[in-house]
Amino acid sequence: MAYTEQEILAGLVEIVSEETGLPADSVLPEKSFTDDLDIDSLSMMTIVTLAEEKFDVRIPDDEVKNLATVGDAVSFIVGAQG
Amino acid sequence: MSSVPDVVITGLGATTPLGGDVASTWRAALAGESGARTLPNDWAETYGIAVSFAAQLKVPSVDVLPRPETKRMDPSAQYAIIAAREAWAHAGSPEVDPERLGAVVSSGIGGIWTTLDAWDTMREKGARRVLPMTVPMLMPNSPAAYVELEFGARAGAHALVSACASGAEAIGYACEMIRTGRADVVVAGGTEAAIHPMPLAAFAASRTLSTRNDDPAGASRPYDVQRDGFVLGEGAGIVVLESAAHAEARGATVLARLVGVGLSSDGYHITSPEPSGRGQISAMRSALVDAGLSTADIVHVNAHATSTVVGDLIEARGVREVLGADADRVVLSATKSMTGHLLGGAGALETIFTVLALMDRNAPPTINVSEPDPELVLDLVRDTPRALPDGQIAAINNSFGFGGHNVALVVASA
Repeated sequence: MAYTEQEILAGLVEIVSEETGLPADSVLPEKSFTDDLDIDSLSMMTIVTLAEEKFDVRIPDDEVKNLATVGDAVSFIVGAQG
Repeated sequence: MSSVPDVVITGLGATTPLGGDVASTWRAALAGESGARTLPNDWAETYGIAVSFAAQLKVPSVDVLPRPETKRMDPSAQYAIIAAREAWAHAGSPEVDPERLGAVVSSGIGGIWTTLDAWDTMREKGARRVLPMTVPMLMPNSPAAYVELEFGARAGAHALVSACASGAEAIGYACEMIRTGRADVVVAGGTEAAIHPMPLAAFAASRTLSTRNDDPAGASRPYDVQRDGFVLGEGAGIVVLESAAHAEARGATVLARLVGVGLSSDGYHITSPEPSGRGQISAMRSALVDAGLSTADIVHVNAHATSTVVGDLIEARGVREVLGADADRVVLSATKSMTGHLLGGAGALETIFTVLALMDRNAPPTINVSEPDPELVLDLVRDTPRALPDGQIAAINNSFGFGGHNVALVVASA
Protein backbone atom coordinates (compact mmCIF):
# COMPACT_ATOMS: atom_id res chain seq x y z
CA MET A 1 0.00 0.00 0.00
CA ALA A 2 1.48 3.28 -1.05
CA TYR A 3 1.73 6.24 1.28
CA THR A 4 0.35 9.58 0.18
CA GLU A 5 2.69 12.53 -0.24
CA GLN A 6 1.16 14.09 2.88
CA GLU A 7 1.82 10.95 4.90
CA ILE A 8 5.39 10.79 3.68
CA LEU A 9 6.02 14.43 4.54
CA ALA A 10 4.53 13.98 8.01
CA GLY A 11 6.54 10.79 8.61
CA LEU A 12 9.78 12.32 7.38
CA VAL A 13 9.27 15.45 9.47
CA GLU A 14 8.85 13.22 12.50
CA ILE A 15 12.09 11.33 11.75
CA VAL A 16 14.05 14.55 11.16
CA SER A 17 12.62 16.19 14.24
CA GLU A 18 13.51 13.19 16.40
CA GLU A 19 17.01 13.03 14.99
CA THR A 20 17.80 16.72 15.29
CA GLY A 21 15.66 17.86 18.15
CA LEU A 22 14.25 20.62 15.95
CA PRO A 23 10.55 21.37 16.44
CA ALA A 24 8.43 19.62 13.82
CA ASP A 25 6.95 22.90 12.57
CA SER A 26 10.43 24.10 11.58
CA VAL A 27 11.07 21.10 9.32
CA LEU A 28 9.42 22.45 6.17
CA PRO A 29 9.60 21.01 2.64
CA GLU A 30 11.82 23.84 1.35
CA LYS A 31 14.40 23.43 4.14
CA SER A 32 17.86 22.25 3.14
CA PHE A 33 19.13 19.34 5.21
CA THR A 34 22.64 20.76 5.43
CA ASP A 35 22.23 24.54 5.24
CA ASP A 36 18.99 25.03 7.17
CA LEU A 37 18.74 22.01 9.40
CA ASP A 38 22.48 21.57 10.07
CA ILE A 39 22.33 17.83 9.45
CA ASP A 40 25.72 16.13 9.02
CA SER A 41 26.34 13.11 6.81
CA LEU A 42 26.01 10.62 9.65
CA SER A 43 22.67 12.09 10.68
CA MET A 44 21.55 12.14 7.05
CA MET A 45 22.33 8.44 6.72
CA THR A 46 20.42 7.80 9.94
CA ILE A 47 17.41 9.62 8.49
CA VAL A 48 17.74 7.62 5.26
CA THR A 49 17.92 4.33 7.16
CA LEU A 50 14.86 5.17 9.24
CA ALA A 51 12.93 6.46 6.22
CA GLU A 52 13.68 3.31 4.23
CA GLU A 53 12.18 1.23 7.00
CA LYS A 54 9.22 3.48 7.64
CA PHE A 55 8.15 3.76 3.99
CA ASP A 56 9.46 0.41 2.81
CA VAL A 57 11.58 1.92 0.04
CA ARG A 58 15.19 1.77 -1.04
CA ILE A 59 17.13 5.04 -1.16
CA PRO A 60 20.44 4.24 -2.91
CA ASP A 61 23.57 5.93 -1.52
CA ASP A 62 24.16 7.60 -4.92
CA GLU A 63 20.75 9.20 -4.64
CA VAL A 64 21.22 10.70 -1.19
CA LYS A 65 23.46 13.54 -2.41
CA ASN A 66 20.63 14.67 -4.69
CA LEU A 67 18.22 15.02 -1.79
CA ALA A 68 19.03 18.62 -0.87
CA THR A 69 15.76 19.54 0.78
CA VAL A 70 13.07 17.82 2.80
CA GLY A 71 10.80 18.23 -0.26
CA ASP A 72 13.38 16.47 -2.49
CA ALA A 73 13.36 13.49 -0.14
CA VAL A 74 9.56 13.39 -0.08
CA SER A 75 9.42 13.43 -3.90
CA PHE A 76 12.00 10.69 -4.17
CA ILE A 77 10.18 8.46 -1.69
CA VAL A 78 6.85 9.05 -3.46
CA GLY A 79 8.44 7.93 -6.73
CA ALA A 80 10.34 5.04 -5.20
CA GLN A 81 7.27 3.37 -3.75
CA GLY A 82 6.45 0.09 -5.43
CA MET B 1 63.27 23.96 37.34
CA SER B 2 59.65 22.95 37.43
CA SER B 3 57.82 21.24 40.24
CA VAL B 4 55.05 18.68 39.92
CA PRO B 5 51.67 20.40 40.18
CA ASP B 6 49.40 19.51 43.08
CA VAL B 7 46.03 18.17 41.97
CA VAL B 8 42.76 19.23 43.54
CA ILE B 9 39.14 18.24 43.07
CA THR B 10 36.80 21.12 42.30
CA GLY B 11 33.64 19.48 40.95
CA LEU B 12 31.54 16.37 41.53
CA GLY B 13 28.77 14.85 39.42
CA ALA B 14 26.87 11.58 39.53
CA THR B 15 23.78 9.71 38.53
CA THR B 16 23.32 6.53 40.53
CA PRO B 17 20.84 3.96 41.84
CA LEU B 18 20.50 6.21 44.91
CA GLY B 19 19.81 9.50 43.14
CA GLY B 20 19.98 11.55 39.97
CA ASP B 21 22.76 13.79 41.29
CA VAL B 22 25.48 13.95 43.91
CA ALA B 23 23.41 15.61 46.64
CA SER B 24 20.53 13.13 46.50
CA THR B 25 22.92 10.18 46.18
CA TRP B 26 24.91 11.30 49.23
CA ARG B 27 21.76 11.94 51.26
CA ALA B 28 20.50 8.44 50.47
CA ALA B 29 23.90 6.93 51.25
CA LEU B 30 24.10 8.62 54.65
CA ALA B 31 20.56 7.42 55.33
CA GLY B 32 21.59 3.85 54.51
CA GLU B 33 19.19 3.35 51.61
CA SER B 34 19.52 0.56 49.07
CA GLY B 35 19.28 1.18 45.33
CA ALA B 36 18.60 -2.47 44.53
CA ARG B 37 15.15 -3.46 43.36
CA THR B 38 13.40 -6.27 41.55
CA LEU B 39 13.71 -5.53 37.83
CA PRO B 40 10.51 -4.07 36.37
CA ASN B 41 10.46 -6.58 33.55
CA ASP B 42 10.27 -10.33 33.20
CA TRP B 43 13.84 -11.07 32.06
CA ALA B 44 14.46 -13.61 34.80
CA GLU B 45 11.35 -15.53 33.79
CA THR B 46 11.65 -15.05 30.03
CA TYR B 47 15.27 -16.11 29.81
CA GLY B 48 15.61 -18.22 32.92
CA ILE B 49 18.17 -15.91 34.56
CA ALA B 50 19.03 -16.85 38.14
CA VAL B 51 18.93 -13.20 39.24
CA SER B 52 15.80 -11.04 39.03
CA PHE B 53 17.04 -7.76 40.55
CA ALA B 54 19.62 -5.04 40.09
CA ALA B 55 20.41 -1.48 41.11
CA GLN B 56 19.10 0.63 38.26
CA LEU B 57 19.39 4.41 38.03
CA LYS B 58 17.04 6.22 40.39
CA VAL B 59 16.35 8.82 37.67
CA PRO B 60 16.35 7.30 34.16
CA SER B 61 18.63 9.17 31.76
CA VAL B 62 15.84 9.45 29.20
CA ASP B 63 13.96 11.62 31.72
CA VAL B 64 16.91 14.01 31.92
CA LEU B 65 18.40 14.31 28.44
CA PRO B 66 16.69 15.62 25.31
CA ARG B 67 15.59 12.92 22.90
CA PRO B 68 18.19 13.57 20.18
CA GLU B 69 20.94 12.99 22.75
CA THR B 70 19.48 9.73 23.97
CA LYS B 71 19.32 8.54 20.37
CA ARG B 72 22.97 9.40 19.70
CA MET B 73 24.49 8.06 22.88
CA ASP B 74 24.60 4.62 24.36
CA PRO B 75 23.18 4.69 27.90
CA SER B 76 26.75 4.46 29.22
CA ALA B 77 27.57 7.78 27.53
CA GLN B 78 24.23 9.27 28.59
CA TYR B 79 25.02 8.61 32.25
CA ALA B 80 28.53 10.02 31.83
CA ILE B 81 27.30 13.22 30.21
CA ILE B 82 24.68 13.78 32.92
CA ALA B 83 27.35 13.38 35.61
CA ALA B 84 29.90 15.46 33.67
CA ARG B 85 27.51 18.40 33.27
CA GLU B 86 26.79 18.36 36.98
CA ALA B 87 30.50 18.16 37.86
CA TRP B 88 31.37 20.97 35.45
CA ALA B 89 28.65 23.24 36.84
CA HIS B 90 29.71 22.32 40.37
CA ALA B 91 33.26 23.40 39.52
CA GLY B 92 31.84 26.77 38.45
CA SER B 93 31.96 26.09 34.70
CA PRO B 94 35.64 27.05 34.63
CA GLU B 95 37.14 29.16 31.89
CA VAL B 96 39.89 26.89 30.59
CA ASP B 97 42.19 27.09 27.60
CA PRO B 98 40.84 24.18 25.51
CA GLU B 99 44.41 23.05 24.83
CA ARG B 100 44.82 22.60 28.59
CA LEU B 101 41.55 20.71 29.16
CA GLY B 102 41.33 16.90 29.11
CA ALA B 103 38.65 14.22 29.42
CA VAL B 104 39.23 10.74 30.84
CA VAL B 105 36.08 8.65 31.12
CA SER B 106 36.05 4.89 31.36
CA SER B 107 33.53 2.11 31.17
CA GLY B 108 34.17 -1.47 32.14
CA ILE B 109 31.86 -3.05 29.58
CA GLY B 110 31.32 -0.42 26.87
CA GLY B 111 28.24 0.26 24.77
CA ILE B 112 26.66 -3.12 25.23
CA TRP B 113 23.04 -2.00 24.81
CA THR B 114 23.94 -0.50 21.44
CA THR B 115 25.93 -3.56 20.40
CA LEU B 116 23.20 -6.02 21.26
CA ASP B 117 20.34 -3.86 19.96
CA ALA B 118 22.12 -3.48 16.62
CA TRP B 119 22.66 -7.21 16.36
CA ASP B 120 18.99 -7.84 17.18
CA THR B 121 17.97 -5.33 14.50
CA MET B 122 20.27 -6.92 11.96
CA ARG B 123 19.01 -10.42 12.60
CA GLU B 124 15.39 -9.30 12.49
CA LYS B 125 15.52 -6.81 9.65
CA GLY B 126 18.80 -7.20 7.80
CA ALA B 127 22.05 -5.28 7.54
CA ARG B 128 20.51 -2.23 5.88
CA ARG B 129 18.56 -1.39 9.03
CA VAL B 130 21.70 -1.11 11.19
CA LEU B 131 21.96 2.57 12.10
CA PRO B 132 25.01 4.63 11.09
CA MET B 133 25.57 5.78 14.69
CA THR B 134 26.07 2.20 15.88
CA VAL B 135 29.87 2.23 15.98
CA PRO B 136 30.31 5.66 17.57
CA MET B 137 27.76 4.60 20.19
CA LEU B 138 29.15 1.18 21.02
CA MET B 139 32.87 2.02 21.08
CA PRO B 140 34.21 1.94 24.63
CA ASN B 141 35.73 5.42 24.28
CA SER B 142 32.33 6.89 23.42
CA PRO B 143 31.63 8.31 26.91
CA ALA B 144 35.10 9.91 26.95
CA ALA B 145 34.53 11.31 23.48
CA TYR B 146 31.14 12.80 24.32
CA VAL B 147 32.59 14.44 27.44
CA GLU B 148 35.49 15.74 25.35
CA LEU B 149 33.00 17.18 22.82
CA GLU B 150 30.78 18.64 25.52
CA PHE B 151 33.56 20.88 26.82
CA GLY B 152 35.72 21.17 23.71
CA ALA B 153 38.67 19.49 25.43
CA ARG B 154 41.84 19.36 23.31
CA ALA B 155 44.54 18.18 25.71
CA GLY B 156 43.49 14.57 25.17
CA ALA B 157 40.51 12.28 25.66
CA HIS B 158 41.13 8.82 27.05
CA ALA B 159 39.22 5.75 28.10
CA LEU B 160 41.21 3.39 30.27
CA VAL B 161 39.57 0.02 30.54
CA SER B 162 40.22 -2.17 33.57
CA ALA B 163 36.84 -3.72 34.39
CA CYS B 164 35.66 -2.65 37.85
CA ALA B 165 38.79 -0.55 38.46
CA SER B 166 38.15 1.55 35.33
CA GLY B 167 36.58 4.58 37.01
CA ALA B 168 39.38 4.88 39.55
CA GLU B 169 42.03 4.29 36.92
CA ALA B 170 40.52 7.09 34.83
CA ILE B 171 40.84 9.48 37.77
CA GLY B 172 44.39 8.28 38.39
CA TYR B 173 45.33 8.86 34.76
CA ALA B 174 43.72 12.29 34.78
CA CYS B 175 45.81 13.13 37.83
CA GLU B 176 48.93 12.14 35.91
CA MET B 177 47.89 14.34 32.97
CA ILE B 178 47.94 17.33 35.29
CA ARG B 179 51.10 16.30 37.14
CA THR B 180 53.03 15.80 33.91
CA GLY B 181 51.92 19.16 32.60
CA ARG B 182 49.66 17.96 29.79
CA ALA B 183 46.57 19.64 31.19
CA ASP B 184 45.39 22.11 33.83
CA VAL B 185 41.86 20.73 34.14
CA VAL B 186 40.61 17.21 33.43
CA VAL B 187 37.04 15.94 33.58
CA ALA B 188 37.40 12.35 34.73
CA GLY B 189 35.45 9.39 35.96
CA GLY B 190 33.63 6.23 35.03
CA THR B 191 30.28 5.03 33.80
CA GLU B 192 28.40 1.82 33.21
CA ALA B 193 25.09 0.79 31.71
CA ALA B 194 25.11 -2.98 31.56
CA ILE B 195 21.82 -3.94 33.18
CA HIS B 196 20.71 -5.89 30.15
CA PRO B 197 19.60 -9.54 30.28
CA MET B 198 22.77 -10.85 28.59
CA PRO B 199 25.38 -9.42 30.98
CA LEU B 200 23.04 -10.21 33.87
CA ALA B 201 22.98 -13.83 32.70
CA ALA B 202 26.73 -13.81 32.08
CA PHE B 203 27.60 -12.45 35.54
CA ALA B 204 25.13 -14.94 37.01
CA ALA B 205 26.87 -17.69 35.03
CA SER B 206 30.19 -16.74 36.62
CA ARG B 207 28.48 -17.14 40.03
CA THR B 208 29.59 -13.69 41.13
CA LEU B 209 26.10 -12.21 41.62
CA SER B 210 23.94 -12.47 44.70
CA THR B 211 20.85 -14.60 44.07
CA ARG B 212 18.88 -13.18 46.97
CA ASN B 213 15.87 -12.58 44.72
CA ASP B 214 13.39 -12.40 47.59
CA ASP B 215 15.27 -9.50 49.21
CA PRO B 216 17.01 -7.23 46.67
CA ALA B 217 17.64 -4.44 49.18
CA GLY B 218 19.37 -6.91 51.49
CA ALA B 219 21.38 -8.65 48.80
CA SER B 220 24.54 -6.53 48.77
CA ARG B 221 26.04 -7.20 52.20
CA PRO B 222 29.82 -6.78 52.17
CA TYR B 223 31.53 -8.41 55.14
CA ASP B 224 28.33 -10.02 56.38
CA VAL B 225 28.63 -13.75 56.99
CA GLN B 226 25.66 -14.36 54.68
CA ARG B 227 27.09 -12.45 51.69
CA ASP B 228 26.70 -14.34 48.43
CA GLY B 229 27.87 -12.06 45.64
CA PHE B 230 27.50 -8.57 44.25
CA VAL B 231 24.46 -6.72 42.95
CA LEU B 232 24.71 -5.43 39.40
CA GLY B 233 24.39 -1.66 39.40
CA GLU B 234 24.66 1.13 36.86
CA GLY B 235 25.42 4.82 36.74
CA ALA B 236 28.28 7.27 36.50
CA GLY B 237 30.53 9.38 38.65
CA ILE B 238 32.59 12.25 37.27
CA VAL B 239 34.98 14.64 38.99
CA VAL B 240 36.71 17.80 37.84
CA LEU B 241 40.42 17.61 38.61
CA GLU B 242 42.50 20.70 38.42
CA SER B 243 46.01 21.83 39.16
CA ALA B 244 46.06 23.62 42.50
CA ALA B 245 47.54 26.68 40.83
CA HIS B 246 44.78 26.83 38.20
CA ALA B 247 42.09 26.43 40.85
CA GLU B 248 43.62 29.11 43.00
CA ALA B 249 44.03 31.53 40.12
CA ARG B 250 40.34 31.38 39.30
CA GLY B 251 39.25 31.40 42.92
CA ALA B 252 37.68 27.95 42.77
CA THR B 253 36.49 26.15 45.87
CA VAL B 254 38.76 23.17 46.52
CA LEU B 255 36.66 20.22 47.71
CA ALA B 256 39.57 17.88 48.40
CA ARG B 257 43.04 17.07 47.12
CA LEU B 258 43.94 14.00 45.09
CA VAL B 259 47.34 13.26 46.54
CA GLY B 260 48.15 9.65 45.74
CA VAL B 261 47.66 7.18 42.92
CA GLY B 262 48.75 3.57 43.27
CA LEU B 263 48.45 0.97 40.51
CA SER B 264 49.37 -2.68 40.27
CA SER B 265 48.29 -5.91 38.68
CA ASP B 266 48.04 -9.33 40.26
CA GLY B 267 49.65 -11.41 37.52
CA TYR B 268 47.57 -14.27 38.86
CA HIS B 269 44.08 -15.04 37.44
CA ILE B 270 41.55 -13.58 35.02
CA THR B 271 38.80 -13.20 37.64
CA SER B 272 40.01 -14.32 41.10
CA PRO B 273 41.92 -11.86 43.24
CA GLU B 274 45.35 -13.12 44.27
CA PRO B 275 44.73 -14.77 47.66
CA SER B 276 47.52 -13.09 49.64
CA GLY B 277 46.36 -9.69 48.41
CA ARG B 278 49.91 -8.73 47.42
CA GLY B 279 48.77 -6.77 44.36
CA GLN B 280 46.16 -4.83 46.30
CA ILE B 281 48.65 -4.18 49.08
CA SER B 282 51.19 -2.97 46.56
CA ALA B 283 48.67 -0.52 45.05
CA MET B 284 47.76 0.89 48.47
CA ARG B 285 51.41 1.24 49.51
CA SER B 286 52.34 2.91 46.22
CA ALA B 287 49.47 5.37 46.63
CA LEU B 288 50.62 6.28 50.14
CA VAL B 289 54.22 6.76 48.98
CA ASP B 290 52.97 8.82 46.03
CA ALA B 291 50.95 10.92 48.44
CA GLY B 292 53.92 11.43 50.74
CA LEU B 293 51.69 10.40 53.63
CA SER B 294 52.14 7.90 56.40
CA THR B 295 49.58 5.39 57.58
CA ALA B 296 48.94 7.67 60.56
CA ASP B 297 47.35 10.22 58.20
CA ILE B 298 44.64 7.81 56.98
CA VAL B 299 41.33 7.90 58.85
CA HIS B 300 38.97 6.24 56.39
CA VAL B 301 38.92 3.62 53.65
CA ASN B 302 36.20 3.29 51.04
CA ALA B 303 36.56 -0.39 50.28
CA HIS B 304 36.12 -2.02 46.92
CA ALA B 305 34.20 -4.73 48.84
CA THR B 306 31.63 -6.05 46.39
CA SER B 307 30.01 -8.56 48.76
CA THR B 308 31.72 -11.65 47.39
CA VAL B 309 32.76 -14.37 49.79
CA VAL B 310 36.45 -14.39 48.85
CA GLY B 311 37.17 -10.85 47.65
CA ASP B 312 35.95 -8.88 50.65
CA LEU B 313 38.31 -10.56 53.10
CA ILE B 314 41.38 -10.42 50.86
CA GLU B 315 40.94 -6.66 50.70
CA ALA B 316 40.29 -6.28 54.44
CA ARG B 317 43.39 -8.27 55.30
CA GLY B 318 45.37 -6.16 52.85
CA VAL B 319 44.15 -2.92 54.41
CA ARG B 320 45.16 -4.25 57.81
CA GLU B 321 48.60 -5.22 56.54
CA VAL B 322 49.21 -1.85 54.87
CA LEU B 323 48.01 0.27 57.78
CA GLY B 324 49.42 -1.90 60.57
CA ALA B 325 48.54 -0.63 64.05
CA ASP B 326 47.05 2.50 62.46
CA ALA B 327 44.28 0.30 61.06
CA ASP B 328 42.69 0.36 64.51
CA ARG B 329 41.77 4.03 64.09
CA VAL B 330 40.56 3.72 60.51
CA VAL B 331 36.89 3.35 59.67
CA LEU B 332 35.97 1.23 56.68
CA SER B 333 32.89 1.82 54.50
CA ALA B 334 31.56 -0.52 51.83
CA THR B 335 29.15 1.66 49.90
CA LYS B 336 28.34 -1.00 47.31
CA SER B 337 26.03 -2.33 50.03
CA MET B 338 23.75 0.57 49.00
CA THR B 339 24.62 1.37 45.38
CA GLY B 340 25.23 -2.11 44.06
CA HIS B 341 28.29 -2.52 41.88
CA LEU B 342 28.57 0.12 39.17
CA LEU B 343 31.45 -1.79 37.51
CA GLY B 344 33.30 0.85 35.47
CA GLY B 345 31.43 3.58 37.34
CA ALA B 346 32.21 2.21 40.80
CA GLY B 347 35.69 3.59 41.35
CA ALA B 348 34.61 7.07 40.34
CA LEU B 349 31.44 7.10 42.43
CA GLU B 350 33.41 5.82 45.41
CA THR B 351 36.03 8.54 44.90
CA ILE B 352 33.15 11.00 45.15
CA PHE B 353 31.93 9.31 48.33
CA THR B 354 35.47 9.54 49.70
CA VAL B 355 35.65 13.27 48.91
CA LEU B 356 32.26 13.85 50.54
CA ALA B 357 33.22 11.84 53.61
CA LEU B 358 36.28 14.07 54.10
CA MET B 359 34.27 17.24 53.43
CA ASP B 360 31.40 16.32 55.76
CA ARG B 361 33.65 14.52 58.27
CA ASN B 362 31.20 11.68 58.01
CA ALA B 363 31.94 8.17 56.75
CA PRO B 364 28.96 6.56 55.01
CA PRO B 365 27.46 3.38 56.42
CA THR B 366 27.67 -0.21 55.23
CA ILE B 367 24.18 -1.65 55.29
CA ASN B 368 22.91 -5.22 55.60
CA VAL B 369 25.67 -6.40 57.91
CA SER B 370 23.64 -8.44 60.38
CA GLU B 371 26.58 -10.52 61.49
CA PRO B 372 30.07 -9.34 60.51
CA ASP B 373 32.44 -11.95 59.19
CA PRO B 374 34.54 -12.99 62.21
CA GLU B 375 37.64 -12.77 60.03
CA LEU B 376 37.08 -9.04 59.44
CA VAL B 377 39.71 -7.28 61.51
CA LEU B 378 38.77 -3.69 60.75
CA ASP B 379 36.31 -1.17 62.16
CA LEU B 380 33.41 -1.36 59.72
CA VAL B 381 30.94 1.55 59.67
CA ARG B 382 27.59 -0.19 60.00
CA ASP B 383 24.04 1.13 59.59
CA THR B 384 24.68 4.78 60.47
CA PRO B 385 27.43 7.20 59.41
CA ARG B 386 30.49 7.67 61.57
CA ALA B 387 32.07 11.02 62.40
CA LEU B 388 35.61 11.56 61.11
CA PRO B 389 38.14 13.67 63.03
CA ASP B 390 38.78 17.38 62.52
CA GLY B 391 41.99 18.74 61.04
CA GLN B 392 43.97 17.49 58.06
CA ILE B 393 42.74 14.01 57.23
CA ALA B 394 43.08 11.58 54.34
CA ALA B 395 41.37 8.47 53.03
CA ILE B 396 42.02 5.61 50.63
CA ASN B 397 39.61 4.53 47.93
CA ASN B 398 40.26 1.01 46.63
CA SER B 399 39.10 -0.34 43.28
CA PHE B 400 39.90 -3.73 41.83
CA GLY B 401 38.84 -5.35 38.58
CA PHE B 402 38.57 -8.65 36.72
CA GLY B 403 41.97 -9.14 35.12
CA GLY B 404 43.78 -8.41 38.37
CA HIS B 405 43.76 -4.62 38.08
CA ASN B 406 44.34 -2.82 41.36
CA VAL B 407 43.92 0.92 41.86
CA ALA B 408 44.22 2.80 45.13
CA LEU B 409 43.62 6.54 45.31
CA VAL B 410 44.53 8.68 48.30
CA VAL B 411 42.32 11.70 48.82
CA ALA B 412 43.15 14.37 51.40
CA SER B 413 40.96 17.04 52.93
CA ALA B 414 41.20 20.51 51.41
